[in-house]
Amino acid sequence: MEEILRTLEQQFAITQQKKMRDDLLFVDVKKDRIISLLTYLKDYAGFTHLAFLQAVDRIEDNKFQLTYMLYNFQLKTNLGIRVFIDREKAEMISIDKLWAHAWQYQRELKEMYGIDFPGSPRVDESFVLESWEEMPPMKRDFDTLEYSIKTYYQRPGRSTNDPKKYMKKKLYNNFAKSPDKGRKND
Amino acid sequence: MTKISKSKYPNFTADRSKFPEMENGKPVIDLDSHKFTKLWQGPQHPGVTGNMSVEITINGDEIVHAKTHVGYLHRGFEKLLERRKYIQGFTIVCRICVPEPDTNEYCYSTAVEELAGIQIPDKAIWLRTLNLEMSRIASFLMWIGGQAGSLGMGVIGQWTVGMRDFWLDLFEEMTGGRIYHMYMIPGGVRKDLPDGFVTRTRDLVDRTRELLFEIKKSFLDNIITKSRLVGLGIITPDMVDEYGIVGPTAKASGKEYDVRMNNPYLKYPELDLKMITSTVGDAFDRAEVRYKEMHQSLDIITQILDKMPMNGEIQTKLTNVINWQIPAGETYVKAESTRGEHGFYVVADGSKYPRRVYNRGASYTHAISVLEKLAVNTSISDLAGLMVSLHTCPPEIER
Repeated sequence: MEEILRTLEQQFAITQQKKMRDDLLFVDVKKDRIISLLTYLKDYAGFTHLAFLQAVDRIEDNKFQLTYMLYNFQLKTNLGIRVFIDREKAEMISIDKLWAHAWQYQRELKEMYGIDFPGSPRVDESFVLESWEEMPPMKRDFDTLEYSIKTYYQRPGRSTNDPKKYMKKKLYNNFAKSPDKGRKND
Repeated sequence: MTKISKSKYPNFTADRSKFPEMENGKPVIDLDSHKFTKLWQGPQHPGVTGNMSVEITINGDEIVHAKTHVGYLHRGFEKLLERRKYIQGFTIVCRICVPEPDTNEYCYSTAVEELAGIQIPDKAIWLRTLNLEMSRIASFLMWIGGQAGSLGMGVIGQWTVGMRDFWLDLFEEMTGGRIYHMYMIPGGVRKDLPDGFVTRTRDLVDRTRELLFEIKKSFLDNIITKSRLVGLGIITPDMVDEYGIVGPTAKASGKEYDVRMNNPYLKYPELDLKMITSTVGDAFDRAEVRYKEMHQSLDIITQILDKMPMNGEIQTKLTNVINWQIPAGETYVKAESTRGEHGFYVVADGSKYPRRVYNRGASYTHAISVLEKLAVNTSISDLAGLMVSLHTCPPEIER
């Protein structure tokens, strides 16, 4: 594993590496190196299994973090490759030629985060959100409460309660009076 | 008809020189030509595949194109988890998968423990292992009923779902819940075993084994099963990595990948496990691998009951659980579910809420990419059997 990491450092300019466990490592790489890095890892370093490709919204840095989780069957090690891309013009190179199931993750990311993968098959098809017109819902700035207030209506006859006041009134109503009561009974 | 039955054999490729016309390896489908019919299989299935539909284009009764549609079970778990505290998330994750919720609980709790640096007591580790193996048995019992049901043998489904109910009784004793257990809380497990649990479990292990021998005689050795499943949906070894195939589906194609043995967790290093693989990679091989895995799971449960200490702490003492602030970091914890590698990727940002929780399920690729490929050139009557043989679970696709 050390040898592979050394190659990654020398040839692909990985910027940071972190060891979580003996069988789990994370490395950071620049966006333009990702295809050559993944091709090297798949074809030469034995990381043949793509466990997943997912995004994390780093809204405070105005970036999306993409994590490519690979697995090596000989070394029995997971390697997470992290790439940070611009959040405003979110676009990433497609890896559908490397793994036959990668297009699925890319389609999901397009729908859930708005990250485009030009050239990826069926990337514009809907995955789970048919006829969704709002912003991609997994983004941090998508307000779920506002959406539900806007989309759904209150059924007549139902009232809203502030949970704190309600609990006090409903459950602890007699609590404040109980010491007095107790004394009276005595 | 001969064409379709031939396509069940390996190394056979249908002669596409005349019909249908092919372009870039895909059939040219002109629905107006009246040579093709579009059908929807699902989203409701009388089997165990859950709510997922396959849009198929057929010519005669041969499928020429298949497309999976999901979204009927999307409940937004991953978004919900971002707005819940870590301990609140624990009650949500088990709901991602109905037949086998415990793998979710284990992966989530372990990921949180790893990020927060929590060590759990030895007895809790044993109980978690026991719970995971019991859930594997319960899930496999449901699967075998579905596989038999998809071939028209409904009675076997009644036997196995009936037997699964006895396992659910044990879960109820152990955890308080039958379907969703909410047992493996970050920091340990919620309850210790009740009196007499070990004896009852040993008894049920014997009864399940008896049922499995019955199933072997009536289902796996059955000529109908063999004629329907042998040669159906062959996964070649080079497809395994290409499509990210894991679990018994990969093992039936000869891939030696089982998280319990490759990256041992909990008490699995102390238990006697053997990698079960096969060579052909068709639906029948997958059924056989799963059948052997059920026997192995029963063995493992017996081993755990033999070795587990009966006394000891089951939970680490944790304070102020509701206000946990977990240091920034990320981890990926995986375990072997009945469908294969099942994992949780948890990203913490130092606040009280997780930044991102991603659940990786094996069905994500099995039910979409793999199914769409394998369904082509099979008969419509074999599609249900093929879906079940991949052991798809739609909730873990949509999360």
